[in-house]
Amino acid sequence: MNPTASLDQQPLLDIANLTVTFPSEHGPVRAVRGVNLRLRGGESLAILGESGSGKSVTGKAALGLIGSRVRLTGSIRFEGDEIVGADENRLRALRGRGIAMVFQDSLDSLNPVYTVGSQLEEILRVRMGRSRSDARREAIALLEQVGITSPETRLHHYPHQFSGGMRQRVCIAMAIALRPRVLIADEPTTALDVTVQAGILRLLKRLQRETGMALIFVTHDLNVARLVADRVAVMYAGRVVETGPIDEVYRRPAHPYSRALMHSHPSAATSWSELHPIPGNGPSKSVVVAGCSFHPRCPVATERCASEDPPMLAVEPGRSSACHYAEEVLRGER
Amino acid sequence: MASVESDPILVVSDLRQEFVVTRGLRRTRFAAVDGVSFSISSGESLAIVGESGSGKSTLARAILRLVEPTSGSVSYRGRDLLALNAAQMRAARRDLQMIFQDPYASLHPRRTVADIISEPWRVHPGILPRTEWDARVLELLHQVGLPPSYAAQFPGPLSGGERQRVAIARALALSPEVLVLDEPVSALDVSIQAQVIRVLMSLQQELGLAYVFISHDLSLVRLIADRVAVMSKGRFVEVGDVEDVYTAPQHPYTQALLGADPALMDSLDGDDPGDIAPELRERGTP
Repeated sequence: MNPTASLDQQPLLDIANLTVTFPSEHGPVRAVRGVNLRLRGGESLAILGESGSGKSVTGKAALGLIGSRVRLTGSIRFEGDEIVGADENRLRALRGRGIAMVFQDSLDSLNPVYTVGSQLEEILRVRMGRSRSDARREAIALLEQVGITSPETRLHHYPHQFSGGMRQRVCIAMAIALRPRVLIADEPTTALDVTVQAGILRLLKRLQRETGMALIFVTHDLNVARLVADRVAVMYAGRVVETGPIDEVYRRPAHPYSRALMHSHPSAATSWSELHPIPGNGPSKSVVVAGCSFHPRCPVATERCASEDPPMLAVEPGRSSACHYAEEVLRGER
Repeated sequence: MASVESDPILVVSDLRQEFVVTRGLRRTRFAAVDGVSFSISSGESLAIVGESGSGKSTLARAILRLVEPTSGSVSYRGRDLLALNAAQMRAARRDLQMIFQDPYASLHPRRTVADIISEPWRVHPGILPRTEWDARVLELLHQVGLPPSYAAQFPGPLSGGERQRVAIARALALSPEVLVLDEPVSALDVSIQAQVIRVLMSLQQELGLAYVFISHDLSLVRLIADRVAVMSKGRFVEVGDVEDVYTAPQHPYTQALLGADPALMDSLDGDDPGDIAPELRERGTP
């Protein structure tokens, strides 16, 4: 059963068997180990995972934002064009217009010595060929679109003159300046207070409605993912272990890790004694576990799990899980 | 859970913590903690919630005099900690310990776990005879759910959750009565957070510790606190039993905070206020 078979539409972004390997003192570290993901136009997908899951690396790889010493295998196709192995020119053409990205730390994403306006206008002039005055007009409109009041004045301010939340709005304005088809947001609200976060999340949803762009939202926060996304890909130790419509995955997880993650979350409990930690520690970067990488912490693992790495298989239309016992887990029988 | 009858063990009255801020050539005073009062009993958890810049971490430090409060009083079992001299304060710290957010910064990398946990006995000689250190270290490790083999290890290979449990074991070495916990699990993954929270709450039940728990995580606070104080701009804007505050928040800031918590939100419908809503914004920390 192919979850997307019913859709004739070619996926906007098609990531197939992606692996990302970093060199390190202790030998190569495989941060992403065979990830398959498909994103359709206008869709919003959350990549949910804890530290070491490879969620951020997956997001960055889709933009070719991976250093030259890093080895990428597999395939990332954007509208049918291959990104893996593409040269800098092709990547540059893709970034911004095809796929754009917003990062967690907005201070690192902006140049401190130029005003916000000049950075926005530069993108519009260089990449869109706008005239000076058109670029100015469009920059003002973009700042307005991301909820910055008095944009004519704010244009002349430097990044440090903005609060964290406002700076993230500026980064979003820069990311959407070239009208990308896909926006990848990598933990964009993690550094922000909740009241600021709520505004940014609402902004992203509104922009998605207004522009029809697809959204990949990389996060560790189950509740933020639920608010933002239609579909979720749960990652663990460099692999996607479960995908599906987010409400269904949360209601009836088909992978023991997804289920354990939800049971460990405070919002699922009514008293601390109902908090169920996942035993053991998170996945190690350097040690590759034989079989399923979750099996050492998995409450329902068997001997088979220690030797045989489970493939990602459909469990229901639109839902897949990489667990030997996915169907039993889904039905709550295991 | 707290017994309502018991006398408070710690009483903080009108505590103020000012800092001098230099803006250009002007020097002004900024009150990070601006007249805070509360009390807490043995076995009770008071959570202090607020956003960055609200003054909650400064308050935690001021209670233990890790910064010198400008005015007010912190009374532990009837003694004003702010009136103590350095030696007396050092002795008082046996009873009031602090746990910090970052378990990577708080453990010495070149000391074994056993050395780290027994360090307080070195600082406070005469508490525990040297011959009993090893046994007590193992006992403390057991209390925080770590295997005895960890005693001889260095913190390097330990995970964040394990490090934080070592930090808790060290804090318990002096058998304190009050723990001030400054975002003790916010640097940890959620699946690991739960381990540390369960350790902390079991210890509280077992030992009757009083917890001042600083946090920005509203769903977590609901599970662990008896009472919650909502802090904004250096002040408590609302204090109450945790269920009362969550089900019927009185102060507009509490309402805004709860209304923006992703765990409590149903959808992202509704307007993004943009950069207006100044009444909700905090002053920056100096």
